[in-house]
Amino acid sequence: MRVNCILSVDHLSMRFGGIVAVNDLSFTAERRKITALIGPNGAGKTTVFNCITGFYKPSGGTMRLTHDDGRAIQLERLNDFRISKQAKVARTFQNIRLFPGMTALENLMVAQHNALMRASGLTFLGLIGAPSWRTAEKRAIDLATLWLKRIGLLDRADDAAGNLPYGDQRRLEIARAMCTEPALLCLDEPAAGLNARESAGLSELLLSIRDDHGASILLIEHDMSVVMEISDHVVVMDYGVKIAEGSPREVRDDPRVIAAYLGADEEEAIAVMESGT
Amino acid sequence: MDYFAQQLINGLVLGSIYGLIAIGYTMVYGIVGMINFAHGDIFMIGGFIALISFLVLVSLGLTAVPLILLIVLLVSMAITALYGWTVERIAYRPLRHSFRLAPMLSAIGMSFVLSNYSQVAQGARVKPVPPIITGGYTLLDNEGFVVRLSNVQIVVVITTIVLLAIFTWLVARTRLGRDMRACEQDQTMAALLGVDVDRTISMTFVIGAALAAVAGMMYLLYYGLVDFFMGFVAGIKAFTAAVLGGIGSLPGAMLGGLAIGLIETMWSAYFSVEYKDVAAFSILIVVLIFMPTGLLGRPEVEKV
Amino acid sequence: MTGERVTAPTLEPASASRGSIAAFIFKKALISALVALVLFSLMIGIRTEAGPTGQLIYWTRFPELAGMVAAVFAGSIAVELLRLWWGPVGTVMVVPPKVQSALALARRAIAPLLLIFTFLVPVIFYQQRYILDLGILVLTYVMLGWGLNVVVGLAGLLDLGYVAFYAVGAYSYALLATNFGLSFWICLPLAGILAALWGVMLGFPVLRLRGDYLAIVTLAFGEIIRLVIINWQSLTGGPNGVSGIPRPTLFGIPLTPADDGLAAKLGIEFSPTHRIVFLFYLILALALLTNWVTIRLRRLPIGRAWEALREDEVACRALGINITTTKLTAFATGAMFGGFAGAFFATRQGFISPESFTFQESALVLAIVVLGGMGSQLGVALAALAMIGGFELFRGLDQYRMLVFGVAMVLLMIWRPRGLIGHRAPTVYLEHSQAISSDLVKEGHG
Repeated sequence: MRVNCILSVDHLSMRFGGIVAVNDLSFTAERRKITALIGPNGAGKTTVFNCITGFYKPSGGTMRLTHDDGRAIQLERLNDFRISKQAKVARTFQNIRLFPGMTALENLMVAQHNALMRASGLTFLGLIGAPSWRTAEKRAIDLATLWLKRIGLLDRADDAAGNLPYGDQRRLEIARAMCTEPALLCLDEPAAGLNARESAGLSELLLSIRDDHGASILLIEHDMSVVMEISDHVVVMDYGVKIAEGSPREVRDDPRVIAAYLGADEEEAIAVMESGT
Repeated sequence: MDYFAQQLINGLVLGSIYGLIAIGYTMVYGIVGMINFAHGDIFMIGGFIALISFLVLVSLGLTAVPLILLIVLLVSMAITALYGWTVERIAYRPLRHSFRLAPMLSAIGMSFVLSNYSQVAQGARVKPVPPIITGGYTLLDNEGFVVRLSNVQIVVVITTIVLLAIFTWLVARTRLGRDMRACEQDQTMAALLGVDVDRTISMTFVIGAALAAVAGMMYLLYYGLVDFFMGFVAGIKAFTAAVLGGIGSLPGAMLGGLAIGLIETMWSAYFSVEYKDVAAFSILIVVLIFMPTGLLGRPEVEKV
Repeated sequence: MTGERVTAPTLEPASASRGSIAAFIFKKALISALVALVLFSLMIGIRTEAGPTGQLIYWTRFPELAGMVAAVFAGSIAVELLRLWWGPVGTVMVVPPKVQSALALARRAIAPLLLIFTFLVPVIFYQQRYILDLGILVLTYVMLGWGLNVVVGLAGLLDLGYVAFYAVGAYSYALLATNFGLSFWICLPLAGILAALWGVMLGFPVLRLRGDYLAIVTLAFGEIIRLVIINWQSLTGGPNGVSGIPRPTLFGIPLTPADDGLAAKLGIEFSPTHRIVFLFYLILALALLTNWVTIRLRRLPIGRAWEALREDEVACRALGINITTTKLTAFATGAMFGGFAGAFFATRQGFISPESFTFQESALVLAIVVLGGMGSQLGVALAALAMIGGFELFRGLDQYRMLVFGVAMVLLMIWRPRGLIGHRAPTVYLEHSQAISSDLVKEGHG
């Protein structure tokens, strides 16, 4: 096992009743790298995500997360909110899940819940307005402001999240995930519904998250232009199993991948894959 | 054993009444996703209308009991159904696409309206009627302890079974039933496919109210009294039954009704009468802890 | 209200003449009258009563029936005409920005003005005991509303059995005071803590239930508490209740005509109004404490987590928020305020019985919260004032009172489904705080 890998998924399986959504899947994600998980609709990508982020309990297999300090956590043993709180895995959702009735700033404050809970002395220090709480709150607002600036939404900080345009909501959700200060950021189709310009902006944002914040990213994406441009490593799934992996270039030329994407019609598949370059 | 058998009979009869009311709750919940708090009071209105129409028929000189019962049944079903329709029309339809709590509070308000309306219209005192159906069968006579099945109990159970059969046929086989199931799944899509959603929802309330009227009449026959406040307790019990069975599920409502009826009767028989309702509610809580969507409810699949 | 209307498509074609509109209205009224005739035929046309021998007798009331049907006919025409004049139901008011800012200003001014007025009520109405009593009652409901608001308005958890915690608080004080002679000021925190404990006890097993399952369980819990109070006669006195509950003291100084009483100590003439005024300021202080704590909590991580929970539970989990403890704290906090209010109720009445803790009370408090506009502190206060004050106005109506109350509840919900104040104020802002429209704010699923 390479020290450099942050997440290693081994023989992961997930069954719903008789349906096998993920079957004996193994892959690794490297530290400070962007790993993309791609595959046709229904390949089981989101299921893998839900297993990693604790929304599903896998039927079998292990998922080990190794932090920078060498601390290793078996994700399948944690559930629910502990994945984010203890293992520091943050995620976004395929269909955006912001808090629509709260402002952009509030959304980013909620993301810092656990740190702020500690700072507020489990609410009691905060209730009496202790100075230590005030400084912690100010720091939290600063962090939120920083992220709002990075995603270009500083001027809309006080607008309700539900009122933001779609593309802004996508970016806000990523910023919110980053405010939990994660070791691994899992993004479920972050480019879905974005136009070409917004997609390009997204790629830039993700690259800077990797380079400037040293975060590792696991990405599900359909938009091949994004995948091919920013991924360091690509894992291709179909029908719940891994069919290929490698660098974007390797994957793009793999006949199995082409076949999976567009059945037997290779010409068209190539056209799709090419468009991503 | 004999004592148990007797309690079993009593519990099943009571459970049938609860089940009939519970179906109304579950149907409305299934189709519009709201707790129809006024449904218990619709049941009470049904009881009152059965009582009044019975009195009128008797004073008109009718003597054939089966004929009287049939007319009373039809009259109370028809008029109570109209109450159900009116309640939906006035208090719920304007709030159809509103926030979740608004129709619920409107329903609670409607429940106050109905119970106080019948208090104002018919007085606050309990209305007793002499036993209408008398007699019965002795199933077992074991040295002093007798297990009896009275004719009233037979009527209640048979009426329940017949109505359930008709009702199941209605939902499973008719156009209306299909429309109802379609609206339950997706109202917008149903409307696009030519289902008259308003009419279907109205019909749901009408059917629910008609079944509650039957329950009201059965209650009148079985206990020989009605009062303006009986809707609240019976309503809560029946709603408990609907939730226990898994709200939205029709067989679940009947099963939950029978379960609540049995729990109540058995608890009264073996432990204490005072705590029978506590027992019913406690068992509801315990069941929900272990089966969060009730006995026959569809498990909630969380889409992430 | 001023403003333009966005007109929804009208029911009638534009070319519809006056005559056809009249015919339409007439037809509608006729149908309404027919429906009314069937509905009222037996319930109003015939009156039953148990006769002297216990036999049920009946008599007819056809003139009343005719009157009711005629009233429905006339009412239907009136409603249709109003609708014609007022525009179709469901039109959205578009308030121009100028009016909006004026309204915002008014809204900002209304809270302090209301508070000042409340402080002055005992001074202004010193001679009118009735108004003071009513004020105490309204403030009790304001406090209950604010307490329940934490659970329903902020955390989005539907609690139909809030009155249970009110009862726990009341009985805690009553029993501790009558059995152990503990003073009000010791019992008050105890009552709150006990109620909060009950909140946790109920909450712990059931908080993973969602939506209406949670609603029915809380309702069942409220009923269980009430039934246990009724039946556990040796402890609670059963339906007879607990009497002789000690009156509160001003930190040990009783408000009595006795020599050690407050009046004697201050050297003024004793008046029973002193106690009423004291109770008034006591409940005002308790209510303001509730308000202050709630406002503070909203700006703390726990309060934000409550609101986030109401908005999206799944997202909360993904952000590492422990759903269970977050819900439990909301439940416990709401229950605690209910417990305080209960202890106050017990000391004010001097006598409590299970009759005060029925589902109707829960429904009333919930109605106050929803009518106030979920989550809005000012809205809840206004709604409590309107509901309790309005309810008192109809005191003369006697048995029609609950009927009117029910009708009012239905109409208010249809008029303002989102409550009087349907905006959410952000808890933190960078540049300026702007109200968030209620259309965006979720109601929660719990």
